[in-house]
Amino acid sequence: MASQAAALRAVPEGAPHNVAVDIRGVSHAFKLRGADLPVLDSIDLSVAAGEFVALLGPSGCGKSTLLRLISGLDQPTAGSIAADGEVIDSPDPSRILVFQDPTLFPWTTVWRNVATGLDARGVLERQRGRVDDALKLVGLSNFASAHPHQLSGGMAQRAALARALVNDPALLLLDEPLGKLDSLTRLTLQAELVALWREKRFTAILVTHDVEEALLLASRVIVFSERPAHIKAEFKVDLPYPRHRDNPQLVALRRQILGTLGLET
Amino acid sequence: MSNAIEALGVGAAAGSPAAASGARTPIWRAGLAAAAAWAAAAVVTVALPDVVPWGSKELFAVIVGAAAAAFVALSFVAPRLPRFGAFCEHYGPWFVAIGVWFFLWELTTAKFGWLPKPFFSPPNGLLNVYVTEWRRLLICIGYTLRLWALGFGLGAIVGYAAGVALGWSKSFAYWGMPILKLIGPVPATAWIPCTFFFFPTTFDASVFIVALASGIPVTILTASGVGSVNKAYYDVGRNLGAKPWYLISRIAVPASLPHTFVGLFMGLYYSFAVLVVAEMLGAKYGLGWYIQFQTAYSGYANVYATLVIMALICAGIVKLLFVARDRLLSWQEGFI
Ligand SMILES: Nc1ncnc2c1ncn2[C@@H]1O[C@H](COP(=O)(O)OP(=O)(O)O)[C@@H](O)[C@H]1O
Ligand SMILES: [Mg+2]
Repeated sequence: MASQAAALRAVPEGAPHNVAVDIRGVSHAFKLRGADLPVLDSIDLSVAAGEFVALLGPSGCGKSTLLRLISGLDQPTAGSIAADGEVIDSPDPSRILVFQDPTLFPWTTVWRNVATGLDARGVLERQRGRVDDALKLVGLSNFASAHPHQLSGGMAQRAALARALVNDPALLLLDEPLGKLDSLTRLTLQAELVALWREKRFTAILVTHDVEEALLLASRVIVFSERPAHIKAEFKVDLPYPRHRDNPQLVALRRQILGTLGLET
Repeated sequence: MSNAIEALGVGAAAGSPAAASGARTPIWRAGLAAAAAWAAAAVVTVALPDVVPWGSKELFAVIVGAAAAAFVALSFVAPRLPRFGAFCEHYGPWFVAIGVWFFLWELTTAKFGWLPKPFFSPPNGLLNVYVTEWRRLLICIGYTLRLWALGFGLGAIVGYAAGVALGWSKSFAYWGMPILKLIGPVPATAWIPCTFFFFPTTFDASVFIVALASGIPVTILTASGVGSVNKAYYDVGRNLGAKPWYLISRIAVPASLPHTFVGLFMGLYYSFAVLVVAEMLGAKYGLGWYIQFQTAYSGYANVYATLVIMALICAGIVKLLFVARDRLLSWQEGFI
């Protein structure tokens, strides 16, 4: 942990680098065998700069779709999404989406994977140190020259995180990034995510199916309805970090959220 | 006697741990068997009279006899060499079988005449071809390699570029795929008549035929490889600021490389298959040309001798491609 803190300081950091997100009346539909499949139903959501928001909702309700729209990889059928007032109409390395699958490029090394963003933008040669710093930040310095298939699931997800963080994103979109990991690795990575976010203060939007995870990480939890998704409820999580799962307020919120999702305990 | 040798051999094998301490030396037993078989082949070659005489009888006996002597020596030396010893141990049965094969081959052709001239030749007949014709054969090898390298090289490069374009670009695929589907299944050799019209020299026409045969599988497999790349890789690339050229060169190309290699292997086999035919288009030299020429004059020993050379060259090139694949695709888990 000490070395991680040192690594955090080693990354050149000025003022917090983050962005406010405004989602205005966003609806989205897919074409499915000729018919329209409505997935999002006029979503209105504002995320403040530096905020950590968690999105919860039934499987298939459209959470991943919303993250893709925010990233700019896809365009909404109706409504608009803006970052600091500027409409998002294409993907940009200042907003990075991390998938549930690490989707590392299997044909190249961990170092090259992490370097992808800098390389694609032609700045790698001048900023090679940033790749090393990002690897150090996620504790993968010793695996820089390994290939992805030589990593465990948790290490691969760390590498995917480093590949995002090396670009110093103002907005990090996390689509169930810990969903496939074993519970011990999840706990470790949850703590690391919080530490990273508190250090760097990027804006974070996390999709998760784990209510506890949402409550441990986020300052606000948004609950979506069944597809087509609209916002069903919103919960402020006004607890200091690092949080503990046994905190009575957190337990109470958890019960409340599960109730909203129709899963009474 | 043979029982006694067996018993000795078994004893040596069983006692091999003790051999390390110098108590008893292990013996490569298949080496002795191979030596016996090769020696027998040498002896029948010189000792029995020929039904029909072929040249290079003595030279063949000397070579095979020397090999037999080498096997005797190796029987004692190989077990002391860890890597070479393992190699000998693995291929021992093959060495024995080849010796037996020479022995039977020599008997059935030159000695008993069951397999008659000119359709069959004893092993020393093939050796005689190499001894008398080596200059011409070397030139033919050079010509064939030049034709193959130009044809396969051009086919692979053009086919690869076309495959990437077809797999990547929708408009390329719109115009290109139907054409590829139409001409892909046509054997390359069917184009021979029009190649004469389109190409200034027969050599160019031959190169084209070889290139077409090797290029089409490379194109098809590369196109399908590029088309089946996990779309999430492109999302990652676009999200990180990659422009289309980067997506092609750093994602589509490496991700589709396993498919491309399948296409290269298929193209390689097709290129060998049309090589002989391509050399029929009025070439003046080349192994295919030589085979045809000798077939016309019933020089079947020359034909067989040339076939052996072609087989070795093809196997060598295939081996080279395997080495290249294993190096480039070492990232594929559990690939080999
Ligand atoms: N590219 C697509 N084409 C058609 N339908 C899609 C596509 N992507 C997602 N969907 C559909 O949209 C719905 C919402 O998907 P998604 O956003 O992945 O849900 P979630 O992430 O909340 O589980 C699902 O019913 C899914 O089948
Ligand atoms: Mg999802």
